[in-house]
Amino acid sequence: MIRKSIQSRRARETRLKIYGITSICFALIMLATLLISIGLNGYSALQQAYFKLDISVNTEKFVDDSGAPDNNKMNLFNWDGLVQSALREFFPEVKDRDEKKELFAIISANAGYDLKEIIKKKALGSGSHTLSVWLHLSDDADQYLKGRLSIDIPEEDRRINNKQIAWVNSLVERDIAKLKFNKTFFTSADSREPESAGILGSVIGSALTLFVTIMFALPLAVMAAIYLEYFAKPGKITDFIEVNVNNLAAVPSIVFGLLGLSVFLSTFGLPRSAPLVGGLVLGLMTLPTIIIASRASIRSIPPSIREAALGLGASKMQAALHHVLPLATPGILTGTIIGMAQALGETAPLLMIGMVAFIIDIPTTFTSSATAMPVQIYMWSDSAERAFYERSSLAILFLVAFLISMNLLAVVLRKKFEKKW
Amino acid sequence: MTLPLSFVFFVLLGLSVYFYYHAKSGIVRKAALLSDRTKALPSHYGQQSFLWAFIPSFLVLLVLTIGGPNYIDQIFYNKIQELNPTFNESFVSLILAKVINVSNGKISTGEENIIMLAKDYKIAFEQLHFYRGLVVILCAALLGMIISYRQKPGSNAREQVEKFIVNIFFASAVIAIFTTVAIILSLFFEALRFFNLYNFFDFIFGLHWAPNVAIRTDQVAAEGSFGMIPVLLGTLLISFIAMCVAIPIGLFSAIYLAEFATPKIRDFVKPTLEILAGIPTVVYGYFAALTAAPFFREIGFSLGLDVSSESAIAAGAVMGIMIIPFISSLSDDVIRAVPQSLRDGSMGLGATKAETIYLVILPAAIPGLVGAVLLAVSRAIGETMIVVMAAGLSANLTVNPLESVTTVTVQIVSLLTGDTEFDDIKTLSAFGLGLALFFFTLLLNIFALSISRRLAERYD
Repeated sequence: MIRKSIQSRRARETRLKIYGITSICFALIMLATLLISIGLNGYSALQQAYFKLDISVNTEKFVDDSGAPDNNKMNLFNWDGLVQSALREFFPEVKDRDEKKELFAIISANAGYDLKEIIKKKALGSGSHTLSVWLHLSDDADQYLKGRLSIDIPEEDRRINNKQIAWVNSLVERDIAKLKFNKTFFTSADSREPESAGILGSVIGSALTLFVTIMFALPLAVMAAIYLEYFAKPGKITDFIEVNVNNLAAVPSIVFGLLGLSVFLSTFGLPRSAPLVGGLVLGLMTLPTIIIASRASIRSIPPSIREAALGLGASKMQAALHHVLPLATPGILTGTIIGMAQALGETAPLLMIGMVAFIIDIPTTFTSSATAMPVQIYMWSDSAERAFYERSSLAILFLVAFLISMNLLAVVLRKKFEKKW
Repeated sequence: MTLPLSFVFFVLLGLSVYFYYHAKSGIVRKAALLSDRTKALPSHYGQQSFLWAFIPSFLVLLVLTIGGPNYIDQIFYNKIQELNPTFNESFVSLILAKVINVSNGKISTGEENIIMLAKDYKIAFEQLHFYRGLVVILCAALLGMIISYRQKPGSNAREQVEKFIVNIFFASAVIAIFTTVAIILSLFFEALRFFNLYNFFDFIFGLHWAPNVAIRTDQVAAEGSFGMIPVLLGTLLISFIAMCVAIPIGLFSAIYLAEFATPKIRDFVKPTLEILAGIPTVVYGYFAALTAAPFFREIGFSLGLDVSSESAIAAGAVMGIMIIPFISSLSDDVIRAVPQSLRDGSMGLGATKAETIYLVILPAAIPGLVGAVLLAVSRAIGETMIVVMAAGLSANLTVNPLESVTTVTVQIVSLLTGDTEFDDIKTLSAFGLGLALFFFTLLLNIFALSISRRLAERYD
């Protein structure tokens, strides 16, 4: 009988262990599923379908009377027409108006604009030039070449019809069209056309925002932490500050967005969609995180250090700033990195203050309209075009890789500077 | 002459640095003249000059930079109203916006009045910038000179500097209070404006949420109805599903990690779970909308069930996955905080490890675990991106997890990201929801924190 009861008691322990292992495995499998599914969605955005055109241009068309290059003339020139006529040379059989329209739909709607930018950049000398350029195919042709558009469904339900598929295939056969590394994704900002959309604008927006966040939150948090640890007299005010700090760390981020909307935008009249406002809102949001981490770090410095400084005649402030703070810096930095990682991935408060706009320019100042990486991901995954999904996935991969390396850096820093006193 | 902000700031900084060195060498000279020693280090006098010159002038700069443009806008608003007394408020604001845009060169117009005003506006701004720079630089110079003149070798500069710095530190700590107060006030006043337009009790107890459609013409707000019950119910439904996923998995992981796992496994699993916690919510939202929702739909289809493409279960399950590491790491800390002596006592009496966990450790850790779960619930309620991307917009009064429901945060986002005017009833209703959300999570947080603190005190 005793053996039986022992058996059941042991079984209970095994069960508990199995529950634990299953739970952990479930969590790890979910993490893997998440990353793999996004990776499978996104890797193909590293490539983009391009086609090669041999184009002849006469730069004399783009100079004014004195011979200096004239941007206005360049802008007015019919670049689309140039690209289209070059494309038609490959398919002389296309005559019909509707057919021509279908043909031009397989190349990017921005092809003319891109060509102009390429020529502008090349700064050709005067005279006639023939050059071969690689331009984007349209997103549908691109998705077809990557095998992401299923061609089994009936033609009228498809975004690309049989004729267009035949043209694309013929371009590929003639080695005129192919998949190449998608440089545009890393060098341009958002666009209505998936093939010309990139993440650079939102990366810079995020960088500007985070710069404001760290400049705002780090000094304030360190000063507040030093005050709370060494100078605060125990009492109602100090207790109230502590309750507030702890509670603010758990306030939903969207509430900080509402705060930013009604205080920074409506009351102070700061510009909408600006990294300045985004940075301040995220700074307020990460402030409690950094304060809590800094306090923990300061508290982990043994009191003997401070007491020795005080004993040798240092003032309280000197003991704190000259002796404790340098020793606590690695811990504070770790907390700051974690706080910044949190701020970098945050989306909801930025939606509230208007950083969700469609912005084609790369932001340059703290008050110019900008968007941030997570917001860009959100906007792309909301778009109708299939090609935006893969771009969104690729952007996620970059964001997550960056965040994981930030977190790893924090872990490494903690390990490296962890001291047993 | 224009004085841009960065220029003024750097001149201010340069002046203050100058006064630092000026005071530092000045005090030594003064002491030599009196053949006396300085009471503090020379650099303390320098610091004093720097702080006295820099901080007040910097505050002046801040106030003028933020307040100045608002003040100019107000002047021009009044001016436009004076010129056209018949215009109503929103039209005057419209003209003002036009004037501002014309003066920035963002748009061009043919209307002469506006061009004139825009010119004046630009001049006013230039004057503002000029006087801002002048005032700030003069202020810094004056203060720096006064303090350098007044410093005597006998005065204890160190004590004064330190007192000043402590006050600055105190001010930074108080920002936490200010933030909370600002959140409450801003939400409260906007919500109050909303309740002026819409009955408070209809909002709290109303069963119909439809911000766009009129259901009764005699209603005060004929634009729509704002009864928050269905929205609240949707929020609770999704949070409940999330908790059903997160609590068991998080708790069992924590028990395993704290009690059974070898250090090697722990060192691998803990950081990996932290990665799960570090993934941005927008990524979970993307996963929920594009992978989880179709997955649940397929399963439902094969079982003959009709699952909405924005089902509560997809959003809830993914949110649960997001919260697993949150619960597991908090519970792990709580379980490890239970003193070793309790474990030893139980094992010494012959209990198995499982019995020790079920009968001794978990009861001892219960307050902390409840605290952790409550914090997780508050997070689930306030979570935004997953539900914005994966849950629906229409407020269905249902508890069926296969249907589409909406949440408080989804409604706030959808009401505020449109191009509606700021005093529109729709945008104001978002603040009503925000206030409800804030108080709900505030209560949960305070409760959770006080419970966890009680546990910490019991075993300290």
